[in-house]
Amino acid sequence: MRIGIVCPYSWDVPGGVQFHVRDLSEVLSARGHEVSVLAPADDDTPLPAYVVPAGRAVPVPYNGSVARVNFGPLSAARVRRWLREGGFDVLHIHEPATPSLSLLACWAATGPIVATFHTANLRSRAMLAAYPILEPALEKIGARIAVSEDARRTLVEHVGGDAVLIPNGVFVDRFAAAEPQPAWRGSGGTVGFIGRLDEPRKGLPTLVAAMTGVVAARPGVQLLVAGRGDADEALQDAPAEVRDAVTFLGAVSESDKTRLLATVDVYVAPNLGGESFGIILVEAMAAGAPVLASDLEAFKRVLDGGRVGTMFATGNVAALTDSLCALLDDEPRRAAHRAAAADWVRRYDWETVVNDLLAVYETVAAGAGAVGEDEPRRGSLRDRLRRDPSPRS
Amino acid sequence: MDLPALPWIVAFAGLALVVAWYLSFSAARLDRLHARLEGARSALDAQLVRRASVSLQLATSGLLDPATGLLLADAAHEAREAPPPEREMAESNLTRALHAALDDPETADALRADPVGRELAHELASASQRVQLARRFLNDAALGTRVVRRKWVVRSLRLAGHAAWPPTFEIDDTPPDTLRTDMARPGSTIL
Repeated sequence: MRIGIVCPYSWDVPGGVQFHVRDLSEVLSARGHEVSVLAPADDDTPLPAYVVPAGRAVPVPYNGSVARVNFGPLSAARVRRWLREGGFDVLHIHEPATPSLSLLACWAATGPIVATFHTANLRSRAMLAAYPILEPALEKIGARIAVSEDARRTLVEHVGGDAVLIPNGVFVDRFAAAEPQPAWRGSGGTVGFIGRLDEPRKGLPTLVAAMTGVVAARPGVQLLVAGRGDADEALQDAPAEVRDAVTFLGAVSESDKTRLLATVDVYVAPNLGGESFGIILVEAMAAGAPVLASDLEAFKRVLDGGRVGTMFATGNVAALTDSLCALLDDEPRRAAHRAAAADWVRRYDWETVVNDLLAVYETVAAGAGAVGEDEPRRGSLRDRLRRDPSPRS
Repeated sequence: MDLPALPWIVAFAGLALVVAWYLSFSAARLDRLHARLEGARSALDAQLVRRASVSLQLATSGLLDPATGLLLADAAHEAREAPPPEREMAESNLTRALHAALDDPETADALRADPVGRELAHELASASQRVQLARRFLNDAALGTRVVRRKWVVRSLRLAGHAAWPPTFEIDDTPPDTLRTDMARPGSTIL
């Protein structure tokens, strides 16, 4: 199939949606489909062959943070040209309600349109105000996909209608093949954490506080922390013996991330909230790391209700200390988690995800012609009003 | 006398333009929704026909016992022949017949042991998944169209013409659990 994909966020800025689009495009291409991605990027940014740059993204405040997006007549013209020249069988728009290329593409295109909703925190009042703009665009979408149950619920509540649930993809085999790094191991067990140090919702303070009890119970335990942020600040309240037990790896490369996950005896996700999916848990499980996570709804779903990992009361330091010590002491339990998780994560593998997506593409494309430009305003009002909209048969 | 009227004329002309644009916009929007609805309906129809054909092939393949085969053949035939008002019932019955035939893991395993049976099971799983997708997309389109058709301007000016009130398609389309492993996508989350 010829598949046109629209990414709303700047290609050269790392982000969940961008990574999703990149991986998806590569898997589809590897299967012999022709993929073209339209994304915000400068014309001189080095890009993969399948990415068409739509011009420099402009940082604007949106949805509580600063997003780098494309808008304006120039971008709209580029979207139209890309649609015209692409000759796509299906158009796949990511985050169609984002004021960027996605919304422009939604306005400009007709034909089989698939859209993926990633976010679980649409702001409802802003959505309500923008409804006259969004509604005519969103109602062109033939198939809606949500990447998580939370994203689906947000969509159903704020926009109405329904969505098919297809989760984010992970290259399970790449993580499964990762080699452990013996130098990172501690004699009393190894614990891992990945996430921004200065983002309290990622929960590092909870884990650091719990380490006091863990170090006392298991001398020689090692905590590996990977992620952007100030290490000294993260440890400022910690006693000396905890400081000695923590190794900061900073912002790690993709290969070091997989290696970290393959090394640890327990991966801890102490998040306090704000997670709609928890892809890092899937990656940890794929790499063979037993997972200990806070009992957020999203994590419960990823851990199959606690069957393939252990859960503790969110934000509770004592509960985390106890669960972590217990799991480090219990090798059979960790082995059971590893075995159950290895099977379970297949549903998040890109192969599975792309098969599901292709089923959606084919279903939508089957009932519609090719993707085209929305017809330019032509013909008189009378013609338009007279046109019989009843089904041609 | 003439001068004070001019601003009014301009204002009315402006208003008329806005109204004309809005009407044209609403008509185009409705047209597009109907096209989407029609596409979704033909996609669902194609997948339902495919599901019924594969079911019929399975029923007559000799891989099932004759009683099960006859049950399934009857349901598949009814589903293909049912006139529109009875179609939902007939398709739900086909789903029920598929459950009756394949819910037993031993039957499903025996079917898979045969190369033709394996192929048929795979086809059936794929068609069943697509029926589920297509039905959801159709109902989504129908509900979206209804929202617009309930708008005051569309009702009072009859912008929808003679198009029928968009129906949803309500059937039980849950495939037998035993078909899950026949998907090209083990562990698929949709099915």
